[in-house]
Amino acid sequence: MSAYDKILSARSKGRPTGVSYIENIFEHFIELHGDRRFADDPAVVGGLAILENNPVTVIAIEKGTDTKERLRRNFGMPNPEGYRKALRLMKQAEKFHRPVVCFVDTSGAYCGLGAEERGQGQAIAENLMELSSLRTPVVAILIGEGGSGGALALALADQVWILENAVYSVISPEGCASILWKDAKRVKDAAECLRLTAQDMRELGVVEQVIAEEDFDQAYEDIKSRLADLLPQLSATPIDELLRARYQRFRKF
Amino acid sequence: MNLMGLFRSPQNELEKGGKEAEDAGIHSACPRCGVQLPLSDLQENMNVCTACGYHFRVGPRERIAYIADEGSFEELDGDLLSRDLLDFPGYDQKLRNAKLSSREKDAVVCGTATISGQPCALFVMDPNFMMGSMGTVVGEKITRLFEIATELGAPVVGFTVSGGARMQEGILSLMQMAKTSAAVRRHSAAGLFYLTVLTDPTLGGVTASFAMDGDIIMAEPGATIGFAGARVIEQTIRKKLPQGFQTAEFLLEHGFVDLIVPRAQQKEVITQLLRVHVPGSMIFDEAGGEML
Repeated sequence: MSAYDKILSARSKGRPTGVSYIENIFEHFIELHGDRRFADDPAVVGGLAILENNPVTVIAIEKGTDTKERLRRNFGMPNPEGYRKALRLMKQAEKFHRPVVCFVDTSGAYCGLGAEERGQGQAIAENLMELSSLRTPVVAILIGEGGSGGALALALADQVWILENAVYSVISPEGCASILWKDAKRVKDAAECLRLTAQDMRELGVVEQVIAEEDFDQAYEDIKSRLADLLPQLSATPIDELLRARYQRFRKF
Repeated sequence: MNLMGLFRSPQNELEKGGKEAEDAGIHSACPRCGVQLPLSDLQENMNVCTACGYHFRVGPRERIAYIADEGSFEELDGDLLSRDLLDFPGYDQKLRNAKLSSREKDAVVCGTATISGQPCALFVMDPNFMMGSMGTVVGEKITRLFEIATELGAPVVGFTVSGGARMQEGILSLMQMAKTSAAVRRHSAAGLFYLTVLTDPTLGGVTASFAMDGDIIMAEPGATIGFAGARVIEQTIRKKLPQGFQTAEFLLEHGFVDLIVPRAQQKEVITQLLRVHVPGSMIFDEAGGEML
């Protein structure tokens, strides 16, 4: 598959969205709503769940699966409230010493008037700073589109994994082509140049694991068993050591 | 002078500093009010329009001259050079052009300085180098500055100007947002003071990382500050944006900056803020109320 085909795959409508991962990997999910400041952002779903008898905080960006749902979820483009809800749940996880698992799938943080008025940039900045020192393990899994800062705001983690046909990029190839070459048709070239495939991420050291996705039921099982291995290890690591490793993980770039 | 792009022809002469501006009779039109300003007047007025107060974009060396005590600035990591890490088409050429037009090696200048005697670490971004875009070198220099400031126990003062992450470095640029934010957090956790001054424009990945992390966030009048660019928002919502959207004044109104300070007063206000944050310092003299 070319880089552009991977983008099409990452965006395709048949692809499982965030909530499917929560439902298929965890048990007893209880959704928690709201950022306690302004609103509840339906583009971000978060709450408590159980993995192998251990509580975890799970957070997913949700694109929606049919037209009505997609509209309600704003096509998985969070507003600042989505990032603030995520942060609230992360701080809650820190307080109660449970790990955080984030599923990331967004073309980017929403570029709207209200989003700017309510500090989209500030919301992402705050998440990055807080996640860098969150005193509990964090794992992020890129399941579809990893659109720039809007994805990174949930992906500053101890480990970052990616589905084999997911992508992660600083800018959409459309945006890149139109800015660089003033030609939106060169999107395929841009997709190649940006080095945004799961395989590129592995090569560049941006992710630890690439998850096979020939069969999504298998992918859920795979993620579940890998999480079940990793989370107890991370939880057993002295927190200051974990934070040093998290710092170094991003310091190397 | 780094006013590239504002003049049509004589900019090379100016860049070299070969001729005095008044000798050449060079004027610059204010982009806001259109008044023709003699360059010497403009320079004397810290590149602020004498007619309408428009703040021209300025390069890092001028900024440092406006803010730091004369001769106090000591540059750090001044020789770090960006490389075309991803073989991105045209990036090498862009870097060469940016070096020529800015006379800098990358889009941020970092170092230590004193401001009215107060020691601090200082970073100043450069609008003339690929519009201050953040690639690995910018991220690395800023991260190192915060690490050094944390070691020294020094406050950080940072002037931001950036179009956002540098797309020619792909995902590695995005990672700079995480790297810099983590370094800011360590500095903050050590109880140290960080002041950001947002200047025109501050956008994208820089807004969404260290620009918005300041304990106190100052902005220059009229500066464009936001996450998404105006064009992208208009395409998304298919509406024209209201007048004054994403200006410093708009951010003040919505609670995202602490104060707007014109360039001419910045040194004084920064001095005061630095003094307040020196632990155990005597801020006021005993006679009553005068700032020392």
